[in-house]
Amino acid sequence: MSDEIRHEWPLFEVFVRAKRGLNHVHVGSLRAADHRMAVHHARDLYTRRNEGVSIWVVRSDDVTASEPGDRDAFFAPSADKVYRHPTHYRIPDSVPHI
Amino acid sequence: MSFDDAYAALTDHQDDTRWAYGTGFSDPLAGVPTDVPGGVDAADLTAYCLMLGDDALIMSHRLQQWVTRAPELEDEMALANIALDLLGQARLLLTRAAQAEGAGRDEDDLAFRRDAADFRHVRLAERADADFAHLVARLLVFVTWRLAVLDGLRGSRDPVLAAIAAKGVKELTYHREYAAQWVVRLGDGTAESHRRMRAAMHAVWPAIGELFRPHPVPDRLAEAGVAVPAAAARAEVDAVLSQVLAAAGLPPPTATDGGATDGGAGRDGAHTAALDEILAEMQGVARATPGGLW
Amino acid sequence: MTGDGERAFTQTLERDQRVEPRDWMPDGYRRTMIRQIAQHAHSEIIGMQPEGEWITRAPTLRRKAILLAKVQDEAGHGLYLYSAAETLGADRGDLTRRLIEGRQKYSSIFNYPTLTFADVGVIGWLVDGAAICNQVPLCRSSFGPYARAMIRICKEESFHQRQGYELLMTMMTGTPAQRETVQDAVNRWWWPSLMMFGPPDADSPNTAQSMAWKIKRHTNDELRQRFVDMTVPQAQALGVTLPDGELAWNAERGHYDFGAPDWAEFKRVLAGDGPMNARRIAHRRRADADGAWVREAAAAHAAKQSRAAGQARAAEGSVPA
Repeated sequence: MSDEIRHEWPLFEVFVRAKRGLNHVHVGSLRAADHRMAVHHARDLYTRRNEGVSIWVVRSDDVTASEPGDRDAFFAPSADKVYRHPTHYRIPDSVPHI
Repeated sequence: MSFDDAYAALTDHQDDTRWAYGTGFSDPLAGVPTDVPGGVDAADLTAYCLMLGDDALIMSHRLQQWVTRAPELEDEMALANIALDLLGQARLLLTRAAQAEGAGRDEDDLAFRRDAADFRHVRLAERADADFAHLVARLLVFVTWRLAVLDGLRGSRDPVLAAIAAKGVKELTYHREYAAQWVVRLGDGTAESHRRMRAAMHAVWPAIGELFRPHPVPDRLAEAGVAVPAAAARAEVDAVLSQVLAAAGLPPPTATDGGATDGGAGRDGAHTAALDEILAEMQGVARATPGGLW
Repeated sequence: MTGDGERAFTQTLERDQRVEPRDWMPDGYRRTMIRQIAQHAHSEIIGMQPEGEWITRAPTLRRKAILLAKVQDEAGHGLYLYSAAETLGADRGDLTRRLIEGRQKYSSIFNYPTLTFADVGVIGWLVDGAAICNQVPLCRSSFGPYARAMIRICKEESFHQRQGYELLMTMMTGTPAQRETVQDAVNRWWWPSLMMFGPPDADSPNTAQSMAWKIKRHTNDELRQRFVDMTVPQAQALGVTLPDGELAWNAERGHYDFGAPDWAEFKRVLAGDGPMNARRIAHRRRADADGAWVREAAAAHAAKQSRAAGQARAAEGSVPA
């Protein structure tokens, strides 16, 4: 596309903490000239309905993600480590608090 | 999700934490007694609430005119939020004015069935904005001043006014931050934005004096512990404005103060033609439908 | 690699799972998705205009606040959708350009004028009602970011239709003139609302591919029928007549029969020849042009700040290697 127009402002990813005790969760993205403006815009766009107590913004081009093609190499090896889970171990019902 | 009822899908997603989707809305006046406190002149309280309510109503109207015209979609959101906050303040204050008046009127009678000469806002609120720089210049002055006034009103002897002020201070703190950041960005940004921001500050400057003009209603109510004297906010407003101007690289405007010299003030019902335009737009539907229900 | 990707893509669809932005996907899917989401986003943004004109004229302060919050939501929904489109590598500046140059479409419904305040109520009831019928199934779109945006949008829009219907119910208890304006608005918006579901299935060539990709979950005619069935009892409760002489309950089908919209008009409006097309686009173009110096200034200021911060760090000798 030779006539492509890029947006004037970079893209930011937005994370919102809904209430104390919860993680920040990715909610979407927005455009802003700088980080400070991005936080303001995130407040106005993603917390209009009392949705948050804290906001993170990250430049989208600063995010490094795993490759979908690496999914097996990354995540399959953890699938058979059943001994990491408490239900793997048989304890008689008569033994309390364990 | 069943398609048999299209609306079922709206309630299917109970896992709200994923969206940080909030609940728990609160009424800022819950449990606040509404009697006019002893020793307070009800007519003065009515007039004062009209002043503060009209300021917010008319400023909100000017902001509403920016909807679908903002420089960026994110700023549509921000300006609408500010307009909604000010509209909310206006509704609480006009309702308080009507209560104190005790003549059976409500917020809508006051907003839609008063003539221009009965409006009590400062003229700064009614000015039209030539461009976005003019809007943020006017917004900065307006919300800085209003924040200083409402901050003082948090200790008002009128519990309703105190509760409205406590809510308003939080909102206005954010509005001031928004406006100040834009003044700095435009003052510092490009040669063109600097020129426009400077012109806008120059244009708004003469309207500032009126904000602090002594007026018998707030001054009397201040003695009764209800209001803030009109002149009281000056020092804070001047300090904030010079700080923002300095950060924006803008010289202090030299335009003369028009507040005391043009023969009248908004607080006394002396307005410009801009208000006639605003009221024609704002009141047209309501007035064209006597007895209408909405 | 493409073979693996294609297999994974097909499996994802078969299992009714979501395709995520970095997954392999056919070019046609990506293009169609960007176009669908962008057109939806444009519709939200252009859709602010018909109702936005009435914010400053709303006859009570409560209605003013409701309408302002609603039109603001539409800007927000446009932004959620542009955000979803940008996960596919589209750029919002480029999409905006396509909109204001008339190279990408938006819903034809917004090319009709709003003549009275009753239109605000009817848009909430019929136009948002039709939009909900269209959008609820899209919460299950195979493209993850779009589906997630739609869930949030549908939740937020649940108030839009109710506020419109409530306004109309109130107006119907008002003066005879008010009742007339409600009926008049219903007459004007009914057929354009039915057109919102798109052309009849027989003339909708892309439907089969979109259904296979699970980016469209029901056909245009199915959704239209659903909307009519939902709306008829609401019209009765309101006390208005829907302007269709052929509208009648068909006990055999278990659905309402209804007349065909004027598809020639639909094509005309979609092609740009509706009552308000030129004005809607011109308005958007003007806002974009008037805002250009502001956006440039903010970008210039941010660049200066970032340079200054870099110099300060360099002076402190704390620049990471």
